[in-house]
Amino acid sequence: MFQARDYVRPSTLEEAYQLCQKRRNVVIGGMMWLKMENASKQSIIDLSALGLDQIEEKEEEFQIGCMATLRMLETHEGLNREFDGIFRECTRHIVGVQFRNGATVGGSVYGRFGFSDILTCLLALDAEVELYKGGRMKLSEFAAKPLSVNDRDILVRLYVKKDGRRASYHTMRQTKTDFPVLAVCVAETKESWQVSVGARPQRAKAVELKKEEGISAAELAAKAAGCFTYGTNLRATADYRAYLAEVIIRRLMEKQMENRASQEESR
Amino acid sequence: MKIQFQLNGKYVQPEIEADMLLLDLVRELGCASVKRGCETANCGLCTVLMDGKPVLSCSVLAARADGHSVTTMEGLQEEAEEAGRFLAEEGGEQCGFCSPGFLMNVLAMERELKHPDEEAIKEYLAGNLCRCSGYMSQLRAVKKYLERKGA
Repeated sequence: MFQARDYVRPSTLEEAYQLCQKRRNVVIGGMMWLKMENASKQSIIDLSALGLDQIEEKEEEFQIGCMATLRMLETHEGLNREFDGIFRECTRHIVGVQFRNGATVGGSVYGRFGFSDILTCLLALDAEVELYKGGRMKLSEFAAKPLSVNDRDILVRLYVKKDGRRASYHTMRQTKTDFPVLAVCVAETKESWQVSVGARPQRAKAVELKKEEGISAAELAAKAAGCFTYGTNLRATADYRAYLAEVIIRRLMEKQMENRASQEESR
Repeated sequence: MKIQFQLNGKYVQPEIEADMLLLDLVRELGCASVKRGCETANCGLCTVLMDGKPVLSCSVLAARADGHSVTTMEGLQEEAEEAGRFLAEEGGEQCGFCSPGFLMNVLAMERELKHPDEEAIKEYLAGNLCRCSGYMSQLRAVKKYLERKGA
């Protein structure tokens, strides 16, 4: 069971950061996973008084505060309009509405969980993270870092550029609301495809494939799926995941190609 | 530490421990409708409304209720009774353990969604588990409840 002696709700990020430097203290997001851990901590650091529970739409990007909930991503009109509903698609299967009203974006990303739908989605959008001391960096760089007890920075916001990319998302689950067997996000700019695959069951990663004339979705999907490693756990074998990855990537690419074709036609 | 929040419309000022969960606090304050079903943030039995939104009280620190409003089924007696009657009539009420959490989420859904179709209902209520029924009776009950006269 999770235990702690003190609860602190800092009024500045600096205060939160200073508290966070002690290894016996812990920053909480939604606490959905943390409360199931068998950990004994000195102080709980709650970021909920810092106004970071907002999703702001700017002209060039979305700024997502670390305390915004998964339900806010799911229902955010701007994010879903800009990225073809993938924020709804990547969140709606996660446990239940009540869970998503608690779980935070910052918690999902900071935890770099192997099963994370959110990480899978944001990686294909080439998102950035803002750390209090570390500043802004590519999410791909942040996500590749190992989780370490010495890493005591605070994830403040996520940034998603409005660069006109199209995107689609699909997960395979054994039952609704379960962890994914595989999670796939495919995004597309004028020059390239960005494909991220999560729940392999390792942490999500993204690859970029340059667009070439005359190459089919099937060929692209085989190439993309081949860039990842897959593992076996209770939910699926590595072979099954590798097979699924290729099929899902191909279908998402085909869907986007069709959408693009019909949009061009209607112009 | 001392916190202050609104529980079912009344201000309360309980003394709490730093790591106390909202579930344990509201039960201590007499709201026995709030159940601990799974303790793994999965079953929805501990659903309460926090500032009107359904949350899992098993995963919310009691300290986070400070300055907010929390509603349990004890605070929504009339509405819960009305919805519960539909549940009973359709045979959805069996052992009854999951009913309070389920009804709280039905009431939250009614406030949040306008005219949800069957898929939307299922999706909204997917985080509420029942181990007696096969969910068909609940689904019938929810549909009839949402289509009731005066709704």
